[in-house]
Amino acid sequence: MGKAKVKRASTSIDMTAMCDVSFLLLTFFVLTATARQPEALTVDTPASTTKDKLPDSNVGMITIGDGGKVFFGTTDQQVRVKALERMSAKYGIGFSQEDYDHFKLMENFGVPMSKLKGLLALEGSKRTDKGVQTGIPIDSTENTSNELYYWVQNTRLAAEEVNKEKESSDKNFVHPGPLKIAIKADANEKYPSVNQVIETLRNQKQNKFSFITGMRAEEK
Amino acid sequence: MAELNQDSGKKGKGGKVRSKKNGGKVDLTAMVDLAFLLITFFMLTTSLNKPQAMDVAMPDKNKVKDEPQPDLLTADNRSLTLLLGSDNKVSVIYGQVKNPIEGPTTVGYGADGIRKVLLEKKAYVPRVAGGKDLIVIIRPSDKSTQRNLVDILDEMKIVDIKRYMIAKISPEEVEVLKRDNIYND
Repeated sequence: MGKAKVKRASTSIDMTAMCDVSFLLLTFFVLTATARQPEALTVDTPASTTKDKLPDSNVGMITIGDGGKVFFGTTDQQVRVKALERMSAKYGIGFSQEDYDHFKLMENFGVPMSKLKGLLALEGSKRTDKGVQTGIPIDSTENTSNELYYWVQNTRLAAEEVNKEKESSDKNFVHPGPLKIAIKADANEKYPSVNQVIETLRNQKQNKFSFITGMRAEEK
Repeated sequence: MAELNQDSGKKGKGGKVRSKKNGGKVDLTAMVDLAFLLITFFMLTTSLNKPQAMDVAMPDKNKVKDEPQPDLLTADNRSLTLLLGSDNKVSVIYGQVKNPIEGPTTVGYGADGIRKVLLEKKAYVPRVAGGKDLIVIIRPSDKSTQRNLVDILDEMKIVDIKRYMIAKISPEEVEVLKRDNIYND
């Protein structure tokens, strides 16, 4: 009688609010994360101590790997379509609206112009099969046989056009400058194939470009 | 508090089985754990996935054929030529290739190899060249790989060499590599 009971504090906490917040954040990150498209050519880039990040847009990416195969891709979908329109005129190969829609979604590709239509007709998952994409033809000339030369040139022109258009229609749009060219080459790729790409770029006075590298902690 | 269907602890009091009240609270701990794990995952993958870009600038190309490319005239005591060979080796020549002041010496990449040479020359050159700094000429051979080139460019940044260029290798320089047995497939 008269014994005061010590009220024991509960050990569990109400997690409802915490749960709400964490799921809100989770949703945000899931939505902002861009789904990684399967790469047509996987390369193992060399590491460097460079800290500069590659921008998300306005980049033309040349991938070199698998014994000198060259792939090309652009970050912006509008630019992709415009570039293909120009290439179609240049090489006299017509593409249907469906082809354009497929091409718009393609991160990168590596086939000659003559085989591009066939590639676009394939199902998405089959495009990355072995032996389907053999690389974009490249040589040391500036003729139509050096298809990479024209892909880069037309993509640069297309990017300029798209950016101009956006600038005039959208007041808040800031022109990001000329298209940035990045070279993503496999670490074990021999220099001649890399050099050929560099020379192709230099032939059109694209003297500045970036090498894509992985991360490495600085050795002290 | 945050548990569902808690045991009342006083079983069979008075022999009357009380039906427990369903309701209210669910234990959210596991759910929150999972959510935070996923948040961490997505946060890291979005920011760490971005590749690094190493900017490179090449000189303007002289497009007129037949016109001999002007030879690079650099002071002998300022220029260090790096010939990138096979097997992850570099041949270092201080001065002219035909008439070197020092070298050619074969070194490896990394802190113990090329960086030591670069640091030493970076300190040495201004003393002999009247305060002017070192010029590094990088000449990748056909047997070198992309990793070699990126490594060398990275060293330029680490050692903080302001003047460097990537140039074509000449047959004489290939001979140097062959002689030193670093021109293998």
